[in-house]
Amino acid sequence: MNAANYLYLSALLFTIGAVGVVVRRNAIVVFMCIELMLNAANLSFVTFSRINGDLNGQVIAFFTMVVAACEVVVGLAIIVTIYRSRRSASIDDASLLKR
Amino acid sequence: MTFNAPVLNYTLLSPILILLGGALLGVLVEAFVSKAMRAVTQLSLTVGTLVLSLAQVWRIHNEQSMSAAMGSVIIDGPGVLLQASILIISIISVFLIADTDHFTALAAALPGSEEERHSLESGNQVTEVYPLTLFAISGMMLFPIASDLITLFVALEMLSLPLYLMAGLSRRRRLASQEAALKYFLLGAFSSAFFLFGMAYLYGYSASVTYAGIRESIVGGSGNDVLLLIGMAFLTIGLLFKVGAVPFHAWSPDVYQGAPTPITGFMAAATKVAAFGAMLRIYYTVFANAQWSWSPLLSLIAIVTMLFGSLVAISQRDVKRMLAYSSIAHAGFLLAGVIALNKAGLEASIFYLFAYGVATVGAFAVVTLVRDSSGEVTDLNRWKGLGKRSPWVAISFAGFLLAFAGIPLTSGFIGKFSIFSAAYESGAKGLVIAGVLSSAIAAFFYIRVIVLMFFTDPSQDGTSVQLPSILTRATLIISMAVTVVLGVYPAPLLNLISHFSTFIR
Repeated sequence: MNAANYLYLSALLFTIGAVGVVVRRNAIVVFMCIELMLNAANLSFVTFSRINGDLNGQVIAFFTMVVAACEVVVGLAIIVTIYRSRRSASIDDASLLKR
Repeated sequence: MTFNAPVLNYTLLSPILILLGGALLGVLVEAFVSKAMRAVTQLSLTVGTLVLSLAQVWRIHNEQSMSAAMGSVIIDGPGVLLQASILIISIISVFLIADTDHFTALAAALPGSEEERHSLESGNQVTEVYPLTLFAISGMMLFPIASDLITLFVALEMLSLPLYLMAGLSRRRRLASQEAALKYFLLGAFSSAFFLFGMAYLYGYSASVTYAGIRESIVGGSGNDVLLLIGMAFLTIGLLFKVGAVPFHAWSPDVYQGAPTPITGFMAAATKVAAFGAMLRIYYTVFANAQWSWSPLLSLIAIVTMLFGSLVAISQRDVKRMLAYSSIAHAGFLLAGVIALNKAGLEASIFYLFAYGVATVGAFAVVTLVRDSSGEVTDLNRWKGLGKRSPWVAISFAGFLLAFAGIPLTSGFIGKFSIFSAAYESGAKGLVIAGVLSSAIAAFFYIRVIVLMFFTDPSQDGTSVQLPSILTRATLIISMAVTVVLGVYPAPLLNLISHFSTFIR
């Protein structure tokens, strides 16, 4: 199968994630969309690794997973704190800082 | 199959390793040292670690090596200068962070809850902020010397993740602070996704993750240019977000305003040095041969950033938001140094980063001092007549503002002059015109604040200037001294920078 198809899939996933970040209003869902974007980048890395016959891309994919896990830890801590003090995880409600 | 153990040059890596070691020790201090001793132990550990690391940077300042960590980092003149700048800025920021009055007593407690009141009364402090700072600094130190994409990405996350948390630790106006943390985190993670996607396409273009490999592919020019362009664009989006350039600036006013002021100062100064350091290395060494693909667009972004930052700052009523927009404008000036792509541009950028970073920490140090009974006063109208009540504090704030405006006899003037002359030398005349124009606009609102402080009658609403603690005073004195000395007698530092500022490839 043509490896370029995976690149199209990865670009599609990345776009879905980016659109999701822009249009969704729940902080958790926005965060999940960002994770989708990171995983789309991972798919690109692995595909390019296959196309180029070089293993570095697959190593980066592992690094990205670890970094994404760290981001989940920090991100969920922040989102849960906001949720506890506001009883809402909507990013539209958090609008104290507008001039 | 055999595995070869990696060969690491520990001496060259020691500035970063010392910081990481100090940060890990700090985590242990959190667990094992009694509450009464914790704050002072953490502070001395942190400052000691930073000074030790700075001494180590001094020891390796003449070294040049491509192979300190199997080709993953490059130790060279600009790298060492940037590392030293980050450390000096961090030390004076840590002096500000040491004033624990700015931080919540218990980050996990609900704002306004019984639990929060109890922990405030029992004198709890979030001393975790010190190890978090050290982790962030070690990421910043790694970011400008990284020379492959994996290291670059890991360093980016290492410097960002602690900062997201620290933005949410303010003692007063906690909801706003948590909101700042949320915005910073979501937008930061969003931009790292772009950064990573750009990395993937650069890797696809060149089949290599090292800077040298990517440069060879660009010089050879045999690869698929579409991949290169997508990669460069997305990687640049990630970097421009970190430095806060238009149109990726949306986070910075909110985060600057919501975060605890010492953290704002630290983040504004040190992150900028690290991010521009990485950007300079990438554009000067990796993308230099593809200049015609990125230079026009980046020039446009620089011009829009300068003008936007200066114009919007005029209408701000909050000191921290005003400084945020001023930092956006400065990001535009610094981009001019990246676009110049000549040795003068590199030297000017390094000088500018150091001078601007130190002045920024100083300016935020002043903001921490102006208070009323409920905490810091950041409304500019309530700063009226500050110069009559506390002349010294007002004079030092005026000094930092004049440095931001680029008035002669301050470090800002030398920085702006050298960066614009480097841009002019490289033929970017439009950039210089826009830069001078927006400097003039910026000077207007800086001077308006000075007029407000010195030539209006004080308001009677309980705003007062707190007597600075010894450490805050040290921050103010050091940053003021650096700002003035670099303005009056910049030659030694300029010579030092020009002696060291050559990227090895």
